[in-house]
Amino acid sequence: MGLQGYLLVSAILFGIGAFGFMARRNAILMLISIELMLNAVNLSLVAFNAYGPPGSPAGAIFALLVMAVAAAEATVGLALVIAIIRTRKTAEVDQYADLKE
Amino acid sequence: MSTELLIALIPALPLAGFLFAVLAGSRLDRVPSHGHDDHGDSHADDHGGHAGHGGDGHDSGETDDSAFRAVPSEEEQALSSPHAGHADDLANSNGADGVIPADMNDGLGQAGHVVEGGPRPSYRSWWVPTALVGIAWAFSMVVFANVVFGGHVYHVSVYEWIVSGDFQIEIAFLVDGLTAALLLVVSTVGLLVHVYSIGYMDGDRGLWRFFAYLNLFMFSMLLLILGDNFLMLYVGWEAVGLCSYALIGFWYKKPSAAGAAKKAFVVNRVGDFGFGLGIMMIWTMLGTLNFEEVFAGIGGLDPTAVTVIALLLFAGAVGKSAQFPLHVWLPDAMEGPTPVSALIHAATMVNAGVYMVARANPIFAESPVAMWVVAGIGVFTAIFAAAIALTQNDIKKVLAYSTVSQLAYMFFALGIGAWVAAIFHLVSHGFFKGLLFMGSGSIIHGASGEQDMRFMGGLRDRMTWTYRTMVVGALALAGIPLFAGFFSKDEILAESFNRGYYLFYAVGVIVAFMTAFYTFRMIFMTFHGAWRGPRDAWHHVHESAPTMVWPLIILAVPTALAGLLLGIPPEGGFIHTWLEEVFHTAEEAGAGILSGSIAAGEHHGFELFGIGGLLLVIGASVGVAGIWLAYRWYVLDPEAPGRFVVRMPFGLGPGMYAASLNKYYVDDLYGLVWARGGVLVGNALWWFDAKVVDGAVNGAGWVAQRFGGLLRRAQTGRVENYGLGMAAGLALVLIAYLVMRP
Repeated sequence: MGLQGYLLVSAILFGIGAFGFMARRNAILMLISIELMLNAVNLSLVAFNAYGPPGSPAGAIFALLVMAVAAAEATVGLALVIAIIRTRKTAEVDQYADLKE
Repeated sequence: MSTELLIALIPALPLAGFLFAVLAGSRLDRVPSHGHDDHGDSHADDHGGHAGHGGDGHDSGETDDSAFRAVPSEEEQALSSPHAGHADDLANSNGADGVIPADMNDGLGQAGHVVEGGPRPSYRSWWVPTALVGIAWAFSMVVFANVVFGGHVYHVSVYEWIVSGDFQIEIAFLVDGLTAALLLVVSTVGLLVHVYSIGYMDGDRGLWRFFAYLNLFMFSMLLLILGDNFLMLYVGWEAVGLCSYALIGFWYKKPSAAGAAKKAFVVNRVGDFGFGLGIMMIWTMLGTLNFEEVFAGIGGLDPTAVTVIALLLFAGAVGKSAQFPLHVWLPDAMEGPTPVSALIHAATMVNAGVYMVARANPIFAESPVAMWVVAGIGVFTAIFAAAIALTQNDIKKVLAYSTVSQLAYMFFALGIGAWVAAIFHLVSHGFFKGLLFMGSGSIIHGASGEQDMRFMGGLRDRMTWTYRTMVVGALALAGIPLFAGFFSKDEILAESFNRGYYLFYAVGVIVAFMTAFYTFRMIFMTFHGAWRGPRDAWHHVHESAPTMVWPLIILAVPTALAGLLLGIPPEGGFIHTWLEEVFHTAEEAGAGILSGSIAAGEHHGFELFGIGGLLLVIGASVGVAGIWLAYRWYVLDPEAPGRFVVRMPFGLGPGMYAASLNKYYVDDLYGLVWARGGVLVGNALWWFDAKVVDGAVNGAGWVAQRFGGLLRRAQTGRVENYGLGMAAGLALVLIAYLVMRP
């Protein structure tokens, strides 16, 4: 199994994440889908780092960076989602459409 | 002190007077205010009783009330009661209720004439302005003597005013014979009008304001005549226009005065626009505005360009000197106080146009077309205005149209190249018309503010000195031998004959006849016969205050003598030696239309028993004939004018009378074309603005709103829709990348 295997897994993961983000109604599950997509990207980054030209840690460093950003994003996102769930008493994003038009 | 310093001080003194009056005037005058109910006589200085003469000896016209007769009907009498408000002083009185709009009427009258019997005002604000003008007059006389008798020409450079690249203008004065002539008239009449105003404006709350404006006017006028370049001329020109505006509208609460002031200003703007363009064109073509440099360079220009310049300059003169078709403002300007009419609208400012054309004589001399235009407009306006003056009933309107006509005489003289004669007439006219206007002010004052001659009569007995001096002025205006107007007018007529303008000469003679007629019609209607005004007003008729009478007497002296001193021998008098230098080049150029053949200087001299003598006799006899006709019609047989009008061939009489009385409907025509037309154009433009311009602006907003209305539907507020949008966008970018990839 070479680079293609990793990329395939990464693509599948990203597809699951994207589908989950668009199909799910639950805000928490949407956040989890986003994490899935981020990790799919991370996977492809480290795979490219391992199979790419030697001596360049750029892919690994990028993966670390994405992890940090993902952690921050998850924190803020989760805080917002919890706050909105507390006020709206629901996690269904359909109910959040107050700002339409 | 050197003469140069005196010259620089002459305009500076009235400017100082103006500043003084503005800064301190209102604090120096103590004018008691008074209540609305206190409904006294118009004039504080009325010596109410004046019991000397009884108010008998007249009864108003109970006989035939033909419209052409000098005797008013009952209704007209009622209209003319001193509070009807057409008289210039009346808005100043307490009885101004009908004149001043209710919302502006504070019960203090226009500027607040003080009531008879009430506390007397004390004035101190006129002292300094009048004294400064007096000093300026003395300086002017010194300068005048040095220039005229000493033969000097002064160039006084004060400082560099504008330095901007090639455009360099100095504040500098040029005093030659021409300026000296104007200086004589302006400072003398100016000083006398200041003295006269002390009496005339007595009782007015705005006295300090009046003197401030008068001094500002003196400054501007002196700047105008002393400046040595076109820009200073223009600055003075506009400033006198501003002062004219301020003084016509001096009683600004009176709508007719405010309207007349606006009219004067707007009509003058029309001419001044041309004048300004002319000056700009001179600068563009010659790169200088200095008189001497311009005149030196003008010969090298394209003749068409010179003609255009001359005509543009003349447009300014037409406006300022009230020539047809811009004459309409001057008669209306009589709404101002009478001293203003005497100073600005008869003796000085309206001469500015004549002065300017005379000053620019080298330019006009280069352009036969411009000379024709000047002469043609002059001749036409002369007879046109004289024909209107024949039938006017307002004493100041008669004099106003007379002024238009006499100024036209000067342009006529300028146009045929009789430069010296024009300036000679300017000087003598300045004196006698100033005198006549001040006399008319004295009459108006004495007759309780009445201005309509139909309600006057018999004033000779009570206003002796006004009568005597006005007769001197009238004889001069009528061109009776030995008086100033005779020599100057005859010189214009003789020059036009000698140079071969026989048609112009004939018109000039007719105008001279008409002038004599309307002048003495005025004298006879006011001073002779019986009093035709309201009976109670007769008791108030009195000679005016000494400050008003003395200027009349003083002005009567040059009016009687100027012609003898300056005009003998005819066509070669002292004024010719005095002005020879100024018009030298123009005369050399053989300016004028036909005079190319008769080179000016060398035409045969005056012969008493030749053509010259004959012309003198003709000139004198038309004057006498005019006076005789006025005497027959307005003293011997007051029915005669009415009969004459009715008996005119083809029944033209009443129509012609009405046309003349209504100023040939020029004002109505302008009202229709410019005022009503302006409203129409304004309405059309308003429609364009409201519908097209505003429509475009509103349309832009409408389009944005509708477009936004469409786009807002995309905002569903559903997170998954946005997510789908983002995914779709990303997919699009990817597909585009894959497709476009080389």
